[in-house]
Amino acid sequence: MWIKVNGTEREVPDNATVAEMLAALGVPCRGVAVAVDGTVVARTEHERTVVPDGAEVEVLTAVQGG
Amino acid sequence: MDDPLVIGDRQYASRLIMGTGGAANLAVLERALRASGTELTTVSIRRVDTSGGSGVLEVLERLGIDPLPNTAGCRTAAEAVLTARLAREALGTSWVKLEVIADDRTLLPDPVELLEAAETLVADGFTVLPYTNDDPVLALRLEELGCAAVMPLGSPIGTGLGIRNPHNIELIVARAGVPVVLDAGIGTASEAALAMELGCAAVMLATAVTRATDPAAMAAAMRHGVAAGRLAHGAGRVPQRFWAQASSPPR
Repeated sequence: MWIKVNGTEREVPDNATVAEMLAALGVPCRGVAVAVDGTVVARTEHERTVVPDGAEVEVLTAVQGG
Repeated sequence: MDDPLVIGDRQYASRLIMGTGGAANLAVLERALRASGTELTTVSIRRVDTSGGSGVLEVLERLGIDPLPNTAGCRTAAEAVLTARLAREALGTSWVKLEVIADDRTLLPDPVELLEAAETLVADGFTVLPYTNDDPVLALRLEELGCAAVMPLGSPIGTGLGIRNPHNIELIVARAGVPVVLDAGIGTASEAALAMELGCAAVMLATAVTRATDPAAMAAAMRHGVAAGRLAHGAGRVPQRFWAQASSPPR
């Protein structure tokens, strides 16, 4: 299925969980936060939350700042 | 620990909070952070680069420094609350340096959005450290909302203009029941010392160090400036006099 990750169309396995989506994107699970369609997904829910087809996903991490 | 900085349920020996923005690269940043002696340092939350992490968390981990996520760049309470919640998941900390900025030219805090965001985040269980104007009334309001500290600016972010209204900082300190952290505008070590002499519990800075010609040397200067100002604040300075007073005996 296709989803939008940080504004870019990406293909991930159908019915992927958040954890499976991160693996498919090659993003380490540690130190990142995920919001699906504007809602923050708690880290403890990454294995259980399924990403809907066409979802708008934000994947964020810590960078230099402040 | 002698004379620790106490914020919320944590204690720090260092009273210098650092930022990580503006450093030329991670190696320069790491040397500066080490020289500063800081134990608490801010990071920003941004979209991941597909090439992987930024490496800044690894630097902090190596130095044993607690990361303090900020909401830099947020313009509304809603944006700041979402960013804080993302930061909590990304870093596993409920501490947040809350920034809600009014516009890009001044980067001054928007007090209306700031209060709303602070109230929401405190209710959500966050330990909130708000970046605020040097406004004694606003600082009190933030404390009343349950913020764990208040962080008034010395002058706008990145200007290096020092502390433009020392009296306001003293007024904030005089009434605060939470630590006052002078944040933004510090340009050099004497200004960090002044913040502590005015009674601030800590100083937060980034640009003054990361964009200095020699960041590690300026970081060390800031460390000593903060320590000197803290000692001077507790030492009871002499009153200022108009006329001279001899310090040697007359005969």
